[in-house]
Amino acid sequence: MPGIEAQACLPFERPIYDQLQRVEEIRRALRALEEEMKALREEVPGAPPPPEAAKRLPEIERKHAELSRESKKEEDKCRALTLEVFGRLTPWERVQVARHPARPYARDYFERVFDDVLELHGDRCSGDDGAIFTGLARLGDRRVLLVAQRKGRDTRERLASNFGMARPEGYRKAMAKMRLAERFRLPVVCLIDTPGAYPGIDAEERGQAWAIAESILEMCRLEVPLVAAVIGEGGSGGALAIGVADRVYILENAYYSVISPEGCASILWKSRERASDAAAALRITAADLLHLGVVDGIVEEPLGGAHRDVDEMARRLKATLIGALEDLDGVPVESLLRSRYRKYREIGRHLFAG
Amino acid sequence: MGQSRAGKRETPTGLWTKCDGCSAMLYRSKVEEKLDTCPECGEHFRIGGARRIAITADPGTFEEFGHELKGGDPLGFTVDGKSYGSRLVQERKRRGVNDACITGFAQVKGLRAVLAAMDFTFFGGSMGSIVGEKVALALETARDRGLPCIVFSSSGGARMHEGALSLMQMAKTSAAVAYHRTGRAPFISVLTDPTTGGVTASFAALGDVIIAEPKALIGFAGPRVIQETIRSELPPGFQRSEFLLQKGFVDLIVHRLDMRDRLAQLLEYCL
Repeated sequence: MPGIEAQACLPFERPIYDQLQRVEEIRRALRALEEEMKALREEVPGAPPPPEAAKRLPEIERKHAELSRESKKEEDKCRALTLEVFGRLTPWERVQVARHPARPYARDYFERVFDDVLELHGDRCSGDDGAIFTGLARLGDRRVLLVAQRKGRDTRERLASNFGMARPEGYRKAMAKMRLAERFRLPVVCLIDTPGAYPGIDAEERGQAWAIAESILEMCRLEVPLVAAVIGEGGSGGALAIGVADRVYILENAYYSVISPEGCASILWKSRERASDAAAALRITAADLLHLGVVDGIVEEPLGGAHRDVDEMARRLKATLIGALEDLDGVPVESLLRSRYRKYREIGRHLFAG
Repeated sequence: MGQSRAGKRETPTGLWTKCDGCSAMLYRSKVEEKLDTCPECGEHFRIGGARRIAITADPGTFEEFGHELKGGDPLGFTVDGKSYGSRLVQERKRRGVNDACITGFAQVKGLRAVLAAMDFTFFGGSMGSIVGEKVALALETARDRGLPCIVFSSSGGARMHEGALSLMQMAKTSAAVAYHRTGRAPFISVLTDPTTGGVTASFAALGDVIIAEPKALIGFAGPRVIQETIRSELPPGFQRSEFLLQKGFVDLIVHRLDMRDRLAQLLEYCL
């Protein structure tokens, strides 16, 4: 298991990391014993061990066996603890996992899920938004257009991606590249991870609402298969603007919401401190969204969250995306568009019937 | 987003009323005569869906459809013990409508069209499943009958109480606009005070022609949210109709007293 720095640990993860540290200490002790055993055994290869080694070796081997058992026990404990903590995460805790500082971002999936990624910049209108990546990529044996919302790990990256909040030029870039994909019959894969579209003066001046609306409409009528996955935060209209798709997936601890829990809490509960109540009321977890029909499937995360095993998370995401595209293979354009229309036309209807 | 407040600009009842724009004391019947605008300064007061239809359609031509549509509480959304479901029932009784949008056929100066009008007094005109359904239905019906569709927006955005289902109404209504565009008749989007959030960022921004009433607040993020983000004052006139016209996102600003004439004029050109 990868070591995770103390500052990147959520309060409810604390006991898990304490336990992980215990396991790590035992492992270190085991490694030391193994070194010692190896040294004693190798003192004179082939020859009977020197008397001193003959005396100490059994003792060390006994200690090693004992410690191995303890290590196994502590590892099991750690596993059980993680299962327990992650088995009963509240919606608000899940939001924190989705925003975890060590959470894999789109970029972490680029090399693990795709090959040959070639970025294409700019909206051919007013700029190149760092909050949204667009480019060509290979996914298995398919060529696709990749649209992905970016976040940053350090200050420089965070500023470059505007903390994941796109401006109109980001959505216009996505739209322009999607039209390119349509022209060359490339399916589109979107990775969603944004706290929301940027609420700033310049964004409003350049028509944030218009850019989002047009992107949504464009995706409703785009004549190639669309697959989207919410990998972290699905923040409202800013997420939906690249989220209209034939298949929509969500990672187990990601969330997708009409408004941030804090925003909702400050309006309806008159206090941002009530975000956990809002998170619960809004039904923003993967399981809730599947029930509501807002997503088509959940990608299970490794035990303890995507950040605990990024490679494994990437493998699962890749399999899901490829499976979805396989599903959509050879579907005639008219029925693709008809099903997409029906899907959004009827979303949530089952909950109102009767 | 989607929270009805006691809007100070809502037209009050009583014999006399004070204009929020110029503070003049106005005779109520005079205001009504001016279609709920100030006879002194031209301030546009907020009006509900039924009133909007009444001042837009030719007398006696409005045939409502979709009035039977009535939503529920799909999430069981509860704030401090009070459920959205019970608030819906209360609001319906109080306002005499089922939700924040009214739809139907009508004639505007003799031209047939499908009309939809949102109602800011009902849950802040917010778009949940029913509003989304009615807007989509209006556009689809218009398309299927080869009719123009005119939608008057007035909304705080998506309705939080229906969670991600409200968000999905943005996709649903935008898809319906795409469908309406497969025909030849126009979709005219009229933005009135206020139109923000998920309504602006979906069908309302997608009109073939986009009209705004004077001085209406129109935008994606609400002014308060922007202020909190940038931590400074907003420039005067920011996010008002005139600002959006200047920035290129609105085709024309039309005074309420001229609205029927302009709509008819546009319809004649586009049909």
